[in-house]
Amino acid sequence: MKRLFTLIVLMLTLTTVFAQESETVEMADTMRANGGIYVVVATLTIIFLGLAVYLFALDKRLKKIENEK
Amino acid sequence: MKFIYLSWWKYLAVAIIMYTLLAGFLLGVPRLFILHETIRNTYFHVPMWIAMFTVFTISVIFSIKYLGSGNEKHDLLAVECANVGVFFFVLGLITGMIWADYAWGEYWSNDPKQNSAAIAFLLYCAYLVLRNAIDEEQKRAKISAIYNIFAFPIMIVLIMVLPRMTDSLHPGNGGNPAFGKLDMDNRMRMVLYPAFIGWSLFAAWIATLRYRVRLVEYNRNSIN
Repeated sequence: MKRLFTLIVLMLTLTTVFAQESETVEMADTMRANGGIYVVVATLTIIFLGLAVYLFALDKRLKKIENEK
Repeated sequence: MKFIYLSWWKYLAVAIIMYTLLAGFLLGVPRLFILHETIRNTYFHVPMWIAMFTVFTISVIFSIKYLGSGNEKHDLLAVECANVGVFFFVLGLITGMIWADYAWGEYWSNDPKQNSAAIAFLLYCAYLVLRNAIDEEQKRAKISAIYNIFAFPIMIVLIMVLPRMTDSLHPGNGGNPAFGKLDMDNRMRMVLYPAFIGWSLFAAWIATLRYRVRLVEYNRNSIN
């Protein structure tokens, strides 16, 4: 019984140790809290959309040249 | 071949990549030591390689088709897919090196996967050089199609098989599972797998644009 008890206590401490570990992993939490990440996402989205529109425009111009023949 | 002129799959590609940009930055990721936020690189670095595999696969399919049909169009599509594949290779390598400098401490640590990827790059550079070395059109198309059919499985073995058989810093190598419980969870899978599809379609789109330019050039040359 005593053994089992020690085992359970040890297991519980193990989980708490894990929990503490994961809390100390540094992530961009402040950036998320300040809303700073949205600026980055907006920038990336605009860059990518710009590239996509550019490709669509190329596609359209090509279609015109193909139809000339 | 009518498929490449349709536009729905191009919109689909853009929509999927847009989703991965939003979800990739805003959704949660596992908190891991060493990696920290750079785990999000998985959403952008790995799809470059998947896109490369996709266009190289299309390339080898059309090389095989060319050998059967002798249709120059198939050869042109094979080349342009290989060109775009090399481009995505370079993107994958550079993004990988930036990440490696952060996570492993060096841009190039002679990791088996890095080294064999570099060899695979030379393999495809040789394909493109080989094409330029032959003047006669049919001979060029035939020889480079055969070369492509040999290069493709070697590239797969170099990048996907050999690094997995030795110890490597890359996940999924040296016995540790890729995208396993340790480095990935279902939140990440919901972004990563769509990203594979989105970037593959995007790469294929660029390849078809290049192919269509080639086709216009080809038709012009054959008329004159």
